[in-house]
Amino acid sequence: MEIVQQFFFIAALAVTAWYITKRVQLISRAIKLGRPENRFDHANERLKTMLLVAFGQKKMFTNWLVGLMHFVIYAGFLIINLEILEIILDGVLGTHRLFAPYITSIYPFLINTFEILAFGVLAVCVVFLCRRFVAKVSRFQPERHREMTRWPRTDAAIILIAEILLMIAFLTWNASDSVLRDRGVGHYVHLQGIVPDFVISQFLKPLFAGFSDIGLIAYERIAWWAHILGIMAFAVYVTYSKHLHIALGFPNVYFSDLQPKGEMQNMPEITKEVQLALGLPTTTAADGSQTNDNGLQPGVDSPAEVGRFGAKDVQDLKWINLMNAYSCTECGRCTAACPANITGKKLSPRKIMMDTRDRLEEIQQGWKVNGFDYKDSKSLLNDYITAEELNACTTCQACINACPININPLDIILQLRRYRVMEESQAPASWNAMFSNIENNMAPWKFSPSDRFNWAEQVNQ
Amino acid sequence: MFTNSTTLQLFKMTTETNYKVPTMADMTAAGEEPEILFWVGCAGSFDDRYKRVTIAFVRILNHVGIKFAVLGQEEACTGDPARRAGNEFLFQMQAVSNIQVLNGYNVKKIVTACPHCFNTLKNEYPELGGNYDVVHHSQFLQELINQGRIKVKDGQPFKGRRITFHDSCYLGRANKVYEAPRDVLAALDADLVEMKRSKANGLCCGAGGGQYFKEPEPGKKDVNVERVEEALGTGADTIAVACPFCMTMMSDGVKNKNKEDSVRVFDISELIAQAEGL
Repeated sequence: MEIVQQFFFIAALAVTAWYITKRVQLISRAIKLGRPENRFDHANERLKTMLLVAFGQKKMFTNWLVGLMHFVIYAGFLIINLEILEIILDGVLGTHRLFAPYITSIYPFLINTFEILAFGVLAVCVVFLCRRFVAKVSRFQPERHREMTRWPRTDAAIILIAEILLMIAFLTWNASDSVLRDRGVGHYVHLQGIVPDFVISQFLKPLFAGFSDIGLIAYERIAWWAHILGIMAFAVYVTYSKHLHIALGFPNVYFSDLQPKGEMQNMPEITKEVQLALGLPTTTAADGSQTNDNGLQPGVDSPAEVGRFGAKDVQDLKWINLMNAYSCTECGRCTAACPANITGKKLSPRKIMMDTRDRLEEIQQGWKVNGFDYKDSKSLLNDYITAEELNACTTCQACINACPININPLDIILQLRRYRVMEESQAPASWNAMFSNIENNMAPWKFSPSDRFNWAEQVNQ
Repeated sequence: MFTNSTTLQLFKMTTETNYKVPTMADMTAAGEEPEILFWVGCAGSFDDRYKRVTIAFVRILNHVGIKFAVLGQEEACTGDPARRAGNEFLFQMQAVSNIQVLNGYNVKKIVTACPHCFNTLKNEYPELGGNYDVVHHSQFLQELINQGRIKVKDGQPFKGRRITFHDSCYLGRANKVYEAPRDVLAALDADLVEMKRSKANGLCCGAGGGQYFKEPEPGKKDVNVERVEEALGTGADTIAVACPFCMTMMSDGVKNKNKEDSVRVFDISELIAQAEGL
């Protein structure tokens, strides 16, 4: 019996590891579709940002109560994982509470900590379900946000309910285990006097008072297996879900933008054309670093074929934009802060990120069927994101500011705009008028440049 | 590309007051160098409402005795609206030309009353070869106040008045300048009230990213109306701004709410100039 359980456990572990490895490879291949950009500079500043924003959850505390609740789940996730180590070793070795006899003095403290956190996670998940489905916090509602229908809504519910079930399994497992210990049944007797009752699960013991010994052992085993298999299944599920932020949130913050939010990235390939147009020597720019930023070798002249100007599809974006998309957990703080969205325009920064990810997942599906060279005829622009959405953006950066993990939806919007204007000449008519005014009058309005200094005549009036 | 501004007077002045607006060309011709270049911007040059801000700021510069210059007809759009709308080529044409002019005059320090020009000159010109020390006029005024060079006298017209400050995205979130304009307003000894969405969480006026130059997309409300409703909610009789586009959007919003008789929109430099009697 013991051997069968061990065999089954190791098999489950292997299948989980194989699945996750496969998913990680696919996702990392998808992210690497993006254009190269050096984000390995300024290690100290990046590390500091990651410690504050990712580990410290700094931006979550904008709303301190929600921040605190999220922190409970986050801390629970990090710390309860220590208990997973014992559970996995027990599963592989066929032992029961392997660590208890060796660290008897701190074992109760550790499990009590896990139980308190588990109870906290459970309670917060219930509150979060209520916020989403009962109190109907606006940013989650499909009636208000068209990107929040069907799968995103189901995904959110699955995650919260799964976490609640996992915590229930963990706590009732401890409770049934305690009762078995009290009764001195089978091998459970060995830990009598070594492992005491635990802080939360002691209150659940009465639930099991009426169970027969066999029934109790069955429950203990089922709860133990449900908990660990649930965790394995959840780990695989996360790679398909918005919940991937629990892993990618950290690198995503590490690699996030360091420059001022208002700074738009330069296009060195355009600089060359501009210098030619103005009859200037086509030197590399004063600050040679931007050639590196774009992955071009310094000293190598303009690349033989300049790619697209701006972005039409995910391959034209930078890899960090694509990592942003996989890191987004669809909380919608960006959209709730977006002036266009607040006033009823179609633009939603969250949808920009979700569209980018959906497009990447679509490409992945194509790979599975047709191999990695496969290219379909769809694109992020038009098939997912429309001109109406792009044109509504005020570039106010409220979305970037709002994101708890420093995702930048604006960067994607601006790259798509560049493609529309420079490759397709698809700017709104009044923007074309503004362009021609700047070109001819050196101002976005139709004033004569020779009148530019006329204001000075009024300075003494 | 640019014509020499030889036809311009050396100093524009009248007899009764003595405010001067020297140009870079004239100053260079006279063998002089200004402490700072005042980058006026397109709105400051052409928009009737914002010209009054330009004039207020120039009067303050004169009053304090700062040795400044402007580019006059040699100034051109920084290219910001073109870049944000997606026209990188046009932006860089503007930027590279402007940088040639600025570097030609060996300009080192620039002050501007436009957050969009400020952001572009400060953050986006360096990569194209234009490296200057760029400050926004709110920072410049804050420095003058801190140095005691601007002293708002007692009993001035703003004492006890209720003012709310609307953060410009390209000054605030883009470059984290939140305190300078507030410090300037604090010098007026007015009652400064904050809107719920302020500083890093400030709501855009709706003009950025090229929106100023086109009709908004279909929606249920205009952004400036949403913002003005919030500003009116503070009970302020003065909405202070520090950006030409915010100025227009907020003024239009106030008109939309039929409050133009009771609520006024002013740039921070206008308020200082008024307090100083300039």
